[in-house]
Amino acid sequence: MTSIYDKYTEDLSAKVIESVKEEAEKQKLSSADVKKVLDRAKEEYKKAMISPGEAIGIVTAESFGEPGTQMTLNVFHFAGVAEMQVTEGLPRLIEIFDARKEPQTPIMEVHLKPAYTKDEKTIKKVASLIKEMTFNELSSEFSINIIKGSVESVLDNKKMKDYGFTRKYISNILTDQLKNMEIRESKRGFIFVLKEGSENLSEVYRMKEKIKDTIIRGIKGIAQVLPTLKNNKMVILCGGSNLKEVLQLEQVDENKTKTNNIFEIANVLGIEAARQIIIEESLSVIEKQGLDIDIRHILLLADLMTSSGKISGITRGGIMSEKESVLARASFETPDVHLVNASLVGEEDKLKSVIENVILNQPVPLGTGLPGLVAKMKTGNKND
Amino acid sequence: MAKEIKIKKHELVPVHEKLSEEEKKKVFQKLNVSMSQMPAILPNDPVLENLDVKPGDLIKITRNSPTAIKSVYYRVVVYG
Repeated sequence: MTSIYDKYTEDLSAKVIESVKEEAEKQKLSSADVKKVLDRAKEEYKKAMISPGEAIGIVTAESFGEPGTQMTLNVFHFAGVAEMQVTEGLPRLIEIFDARKEPQTPIMEVHLKPAYTKDEKTIKKVASLIKEMTFNELSSEFSINIIKGSVESVLDNKKMKDYGFTRKYISNILTDQLKNMEIRESKRGFIFVLKEGSENLSEVYRMKEKIKDTIIRGIKGIAQVLPTLKNNKMVILCGGSNLKEVLQLEQVDENKTKTNNIFEIANVLGIEAARQIIIEESLSVIEKQGLDIDIRHILLLADLMTSSGKISGITRGGIMSEKESVLARASFETPDVHLVNASLVGEEDKLKSVIENVILNQPVPLGTGLPGLVAKMKTGNKND
Repeated sequence: MAKEIKIKKHELVPVHEKLSEEEKKKVFQKLNVSMSQMPAILPNDPVLENLDVKPGDLIKITRNSPTAIKSVYYRVVVYG
């Protein structure tokens, strides 16, 4: 039975073959009938394919542009999953396609290994391990002793008890992280002095800020944690993102955990993973807005944005600057810059693409303008 | 504490393979393209860590595709 399908793997997409197979089994078709179906499918598949010279980029732009106008009218672009803020709609779409370095609301979706998702208590415990906790949160008071040039802190005993920290534990972490300071325990908290001694006051102030920001527990950059149910599985949503360090935790399922920061994904998981997250993120925005854009357009955009090995946005600094033609670049934004720079180095325009030929009033290499005519000459018979 | 992250098993990362010189030639011939026309991948990309690649190598990527179940893509290793 499988041999019939094998013949068609070259001509047909695996998805088409798969669905024909499924339907054939349901209808109990004979192999001759299956062959008929496949031949017909092949015919239709060929018709549906994009012909060479089709301007797919323009079609993609239009397909995004038209639904995009409707998105603009929707004013509420922020949605709250419980207490967490998420950018949605047009601002998020712009963020993705412009390839902004940091999303407005970085969110990480942390999946846990099955052993840690059994009951709520363990999940909460893991969540508290991820959440960033600074020394500031554990202290009730900071004061500066101007004469001695030292910073004195007062510990919040109630919080210490709640989180189950001991003084010894905290002091160990502090000495480990603040290497240039001398730390002494006092009656209510700690006293910090710079080892080399400090002369001016601003240095002491800076020291105070540094002490406040010392991370006692958790992962840097993660301000919020929220265990939620997603697709019948418990995940921890994190406000703030630090993929590299979260993946190091042993409780975390390192194969599923992801973030919405595209650049972070590219750095940790590579450019192909970044392409995948661009697709997933933009698709989820579009679907949440109730719009319907064919996924092939998104695939094209994602391929284009990652084609140079780095992520480049659909901006004048991104894919537009990768264009070969001077006129094409100048026709997008800041024409004077491009034209002046090109003339300074004597750049050549080969007029291979569309927009420069439009500017020069020539046939564009698109559709029927793409192929040239080739005449087959008779050869051999004449004496030359 | 620094645990090595096995990123190859991550659900976002597709299969990457390095092609031999012979296979590389075949691909270029089949697609009728030159090296500079191919999509690029940087040599310091985390997925290439254990593949021992140098600039000019061709990487075959087998993706899970929503439209074709499996799709094959190629990237040339470029100078970083």
